[in-house]
Parts: sequence; structure tokens; C-alpha cells
Amino acid sequence: MDIYLLEAIINGLLLGGVLALLALGLNLIFGVIDVVWIAYADLVMCGMYVVYWLYAGLGWPLALACAVAIAGVAVLGILVHVLIIAPILGSAPINQLLATGGLLFFLQSFATLLFGTEFRNLGLRLPIIELGDIYVSSARLLAFAMALIGAVALYFFLRRTFIGTAIRAIAQDRDIVGLMGVDQRRIYLVTSAIGGALAGLAACLLALQYDVHPFIGNTFGPLIFMICVLGGLGDMIGGFIAAFIISQIISIGGYYSNTELSYVLAFTLFIVLMFVRPRGILVR
Amino acid sequence: MIGPNGAGKTTLMRVISGLIPLRGGALMLEGRSVGGLAAHRMVEQGIAHVPENRRLFPRLTVEDNLRIGAFIPQARRRYAQQLDQIYNLFPRLKERREQLAGTLSGGEQQMCAIGRALMSRPKLLLMDEPSAGLAPLVVAQVFDLVRRIRAEGLTVLIVEQNVQQVLEVVDRAYLLEVGTIKLTGTSAELKGNDLIRKAYMGL
Amino acid sequence: MSARRLTFAGLLAILVAAPFLAPPYFLHLLIQILLWGFIYTAWSIMGRFGFVSLGHGAFVGVGAYVPALLWNYESVTPWIGIPLGVLLSVLLGLVIGYPCFRLKVVGHYFALVTLALGQVVMLSVVAARDITGGSLGFTPRAAGHSWYALQFPEKGYFYAIALALWLGGLAVWHLVDRGIGREALDAISEDEEAAAAVGIDVMREKLRVTVISAALTALGGAMLGHYLMYLNPETLSGIGVSLQIVFAAIIGGTYTMLGPTVGSWLTISLNEGLRVAFGTNFIGAANTIYGILLILAIIFMPRGIVGTLQSLGIRRPKPVPAE
Repeated sequence: MDIYLLEAIINGLLLGGVLALLALGLNLIFGVIDVVWIAYADLVMCGMYVVYWLYAGLGWPLALACAVAIAGVAVLGILVHVLIIAPILGSAPINQLLATGGLLFFLQSFATLLFGTEFRNLGLRLPIIELGDIYVSSARLLAFAMALIGAVALYFFLRRTFIGTAIRAIAQDRDIVGLMGVDQRRIYLVTSAIGGALAGLAACLLALQYDVHPFIGNTFGPLIFMICVLGGLGDMIGGFIAAFIISQIISIGGYYSNTELSYVLAFTLFIVLMFVRPRGILVR
Repeated sequence: MIGPNGAGKTTLMRVISGLIPLRGGALMLEGRSVGGLAAHRMVEQGIAHVPENRRLFPRLTVEDNLRIGAFIPQARRRYAQQLDQIYNLFPRLKERREQLAGTLSGGEQQMCAIGRALMSRPKLLLMDEPSAGLAPLVVAQVFDLVRRIRAEGLTVLIVEQNVQQVLEVVDRAYLLEVGTIKLTGTSAELKGNDLIRKAYMGL
Repeated sequence: MSARRLTFAGLLAILVAAPFLAPPYFLHLLIQILLWGFIYTAWSIMGRFGFVSLGHGAFVGVGAYVPALLWNYESVTPWIGIPLGVLLSVLLGLVIGYPCFRLKVVGHYFALVTLALGQVVMLSVVAARDITGGSLGFTPRAAGHSWYALQFPEKGYFYAIALALWLGGLAVWHLVDRGIGREALDAISEDEEAAAAVGIDVMREKLRVTVISAALTALGGAMLGHYLMYLNPETLSGIGVSLQIVFAAIIGGTYTMLGPTVGSWLTISLNEGLRVAFGTNFIGAANTIYGILLILAIIFMPRGIVGTLQSLGIRRPKPVPAE
């Protein structure tokens, strides 16, 4: 096999890790609260700016900056729920979509206000690793590993803890969980926090590899939605798998032609697949 | 609690367990007023509700369903012991502990639902039509279960359509019609009551 | 009833008088308000029946790029180019709409599929950067004052076109509203099976509003491209623009004829006002406030401004279709 193709496949795998993390977050929130945070990718953008500001701006150690970013976006997630979602929980779904759409405008503009539109970089130059004839960015490898760890941690949290079980339960039968002593509102807050934390983690991992600018959310936001819908909205495992499928399509497509075309291919394929299996290709 | 469909039996249960807000009158538990508390607070007060149609979480395992029954802090602390007790009470559930609740048979689901409610270590257990949709043999098992729970010292409030069988296991009964209590008394008294015999026991 | 006619007549009078009285800057704003109002109204023809598309930027983009590309590369007059763009948009709408409606892709799924469509168009334009100029944008070849090229340096001509389009859009909205199709679609949105049982051709009704909406949106996009003499994939088909369309229509009031236009007027004036107020001092401040206002509007005025006014009894109330 052509060495560059192999590299593309590997890179696709690594990219898929972070996308999968974001898909998990979005699906978690949708599965539990039944809302799609249109501004989810922009929460990631906020996290990236936090990392940038603390590490490159204030000189904090990278690990600390990342920890603060994760916590910060978790808090942001809670705020999104309390200030924007909770007041309109009973409204038509389109209103909820639009409210988070308004948040998208707000976050992008606010970031422009604070940081301007230039691309900012962490200034990290992590080494390139040689595996035989293949060159792999260690930043990308690290991001992939951390993303997997995050996903596994989420898995155990949901399967083994009381709150995790409650979160899974509420996604299946919202009204009856009260009878088990579960406070619906509290679970929503916890879920929003976790969704935010996952976005924060993704932010740290992306900051290692990419520049940050206010509109970076637009580059992968629609991609994440597409991944989640492909895997079945709310289906965490489906979204996880779909993330890797899509990232492979983009990576391999980018190998055969240019990047944007591979995105076009991915989105077009998505639309086609939607018509083959409207509820998601991995619906069981 | 017995009575015709639409009398308000399920509604009354849901008010007691907090699913429906109390709009008038008072709800007293052991001398304390608990009216107006949300459902999840009622569980802390010691009231557990096995809902109509079981309402298990279908894609959670049996053990997950039981675990979530022990969500409140006082039950969480005794989770391991409580789980053991429930498995002793329902050996079949223990066999199927990793099975998805949605795939259980009707009778097993009812056991699981009752077990889930018991995990919160309640003082008062509300059971809404536990025999609904179950085969006669299983119904007998359910009522036998009620006797055993009662023997443990729990107070049980059952809403039932199967008047004949339920009057065999309860101490008191209430006849609810159109939202008001038409008749109340010991089960013996009601068993002998003409109206009950004709209208609800087909005798 | 007559109060309504009176206000409309007064509004019309002002609009007709505008090119003779208003300074060029305001005329410039008015043209955009009218053109975008036309587009928002086109969106709402679908949106009011529950087909909430988050990808109408696709039609704006296709409608704008097709005539512009044909003009620059093949010197094809926009009089042919624009209908082609409209046709292509309609085809796109049908290709997406038919499977969606057949397979009952609705709600969140529909919104996200249309979002993907918008992305496809935008990314295609960027990917074909050798032809379209990609993210740097595309400028139609200038031809001075020319009916053939549909270009006019004097704003007055464009104003007339914009006004005509806008009025035309309102007329189409009115026809859809009064036509039997509206009853059919309301019935469909309430109970699709019952509607089908009564003999309503569900698919045909749904496709019809999709075609109308896509065609008008494309037309608006074409005129925008010609007026601004500059096309950009992000500003025509980006996710921001698609969201903007939905916002303006809903904030103005999706279920009313003038609602989307009010939304256009509001959002453009607000944007301009904030931009002027802040100048170049705080880039992004205007949009930040804009974003906050959008969120507040959704939370506190879910029926839009005109809708809220209606429910307060200022206008004759119309029944809101069931969700």
C-alpha cells in the first residue's frame, strides 16, 4: 500500500478520536435533555482560547491551563443550560435550536471582541514521530490517546456510578426517574457539565494541533452534527463509530484530492446515507 | 384501593408519590405534612411507588434498574446489603441480573419493578395494578410477595382491579368512585359487602 | 381590516418615495432590507408549515453563483443565468426534499440534513476555488449601466427591482396563504395520515412549498450578488447566513406575511446601528450584543415580534399551526 495512503488512514484514525469525543458530548446532551447545542463547537473554541490565554499569554504550565480550560467549559455548559435551555425547555424544538444558534453568534462575536480575528497558536512544536516509513505527529497521537481515555472514563462513569446510571435512565424514561429519588434538574445540570467538560477536553487536544480563531467552530461544528445524526441522534456508540467512519472518509478523500472536496464528499455521502437509513446508519 | 376505571385511583397514587402536585387538602405521613414535595423528595420521606405498567428502564440491566432504585443517599449507603436482600427475595432476578430489563417476561418485570422500589428502603410502598397483564400463576406469586413484604413491616397501598385476590392480602380497603371514597372497612367487611360482591367480584 | 390596509398603503407610499428622498446610504440599506426580506419571506413559506430548514444558504449561494459564473466565463446574460440558477436551486430542493418527505425525516433530523446541504454548497464553492475564487470571493465582471448584464451603478434601478421582488414575494406568500394548499399543509402538520386519508396529496403539497421557497430564495440570492457585485461562499451559504435567515424570519414572526420583512428591517438596522455606534473601536461588540438580543428574543418572544403583537390583539390574530 502506498505509504501516503497509510499515513492518511492513520491520520484519519487520530482525527477521529477528537471528533468521537465531541460526538459523545453532543449525543449525551441530546439523549438526556433532548436539545442540540448548535453552539457546541463554539464552546470548544472558548476552551481553546482559555488554553491559549493561560499558556501562551500568562505562561502557565500546559497541564494546568488544560485543567482550567476543561473545568471552565464545564461551567460554561452549566451556564448554557441554566440561562438558555432551562427557560425554554417546554418550547418547540426549533426555538431551542435557535437559542443555541444565538449563542453561536454571541460566542463568535465575543471572541472576536476579546481576541480579534487573527489566528493564534500555542507555539508548541511537538516532535514528529517516525514509525518505519510513516511520519506521525506526536501531538496528534497524544490527542488520540487522551480522547480515548476520555471516552473510556465516560463509559465507566455512565455504567458504574449512581449518577451515571441515573443519566442513562433519564434518557430512557424522563418522567419516572423522580420515583427513584432522582432530581431531574440536577441530572440535567450534571449532564450539561459533562458535555462541557468533554468539549473542554477536545479543546485542549485541538489546541495542541491547530490555531485558534473565533470562527474555528464553523469548520468542525457541522461535521459533528453530521456524525451524530449518522450514528443516530442520542446514540453514543453510534456517534462514536460514525466519527471514525467520517474521519476516514475525509482523510482518505483528502489523499485522493483536496481537503475541501473530501469534506464535500463526506457531507454528500451523509445526505445520501440519510436517505438510505433515516434514523442513522447504525440504528439497531 | 379498588374502584372502577377513571375513579382516580392512579391519580391519587401519583399525588401521594409526588408525581402530580397537591392542589388542595393535606398529605400527612407519620404526622408530618409532606404535601407539595416533588417526587424525588417523597422518596427521601420513605414513599416508594411501583408505577402502572412497571415502567422499567428497558435498556438498562436488571441490576442497573435496581441500582437506580437506591439513588437516594440513605439507600446508597446500604446499597450492597439492600441488593443482597432483594436478590434473596427474588432469586430469579439474581439469575438475570445482567439481562436488559426490556427483555424480561411480564412477571419478571413486575418483580424487578417491585424490587427497584424496595431498594430505596421505603416505609410506604405504593403498588399500582401489580397484577395487570400477568398470567394467573404469576399473579398469585405477586400477591404472595405482597404478603411477605407486609410481613417485613412495610405498609403497602395497592390499587387493584382484581378485587377478589387483593382482599385476601390486605387489612383495610377503600372503594373509590368518581374521586371520592364511597366505602371503607376491613377486608373482611368488604368481602361481605353486597355492593362489592355484586359489582366488583361478580358474585 | 381597513386599518391594516391603511398601514400597508402608507408603508408602500414611503417605500415608493424613498429613492427620490432618501440619501444613497439609506437607499443602500433599504435595498438590502428588501432583498433579504424577500429571502426571509421565501424561507417562511416553508418554515411556517414546520419545515425548518437550516440550510437555505444553499439556495442563496446557488442562485447567486450560477449567473455570476456564467456571466464572467461565458458572457451569458443574467436573464438566462438567473433562471438557470433558480432551476438548479429548485432541483436541489427537490433532491433533498423528496427523500426527506418520503422517509419522514423531520424535526431535528430535517434541520441537520438541511444544514449539511448548506455546507455542501459552501464547501463546493470553496473547493472549486480555481473557478469560483473560493473563500476570497468572486466579483462579477463590471459592465457599467446595462440591462443586458442586469447591472446598474445608480441605486435607483436596483431599488425598483428590489421593491418589485419584495412585493412579488409578499404576493406569493399571500397566494400560498389563501390557497387550498395552505389548508392542506396545516392539515398535514396536524395529522398527516388523516390528511392523506382525505385525499390530500401529501408529497405534492410539501414539494410545492419547497420548490417555491427554493426558487424565490435563489432569485433573491441572484439579485444580491448583482447588487453587491461581490459573492462570497461564507456570506451567502455559510452556517451563519442560514441561521440568520431563520432568526430574522422567526423574530419577525414566521406565521405572518410581513413578519419576515420586519425581521429583516430589525436585524439589518440593528446591525448597522451597532456598527455605527461602535465604529471600528470594538470589532465584534456589535455582533456580541446582537447575539445576546437574539437569545433574549427567542426566550421571551417565541412567536416573533409581529406574532406577539398579534396575540396582544393589535392585529387580527391568526391561528397558530400545531407543533
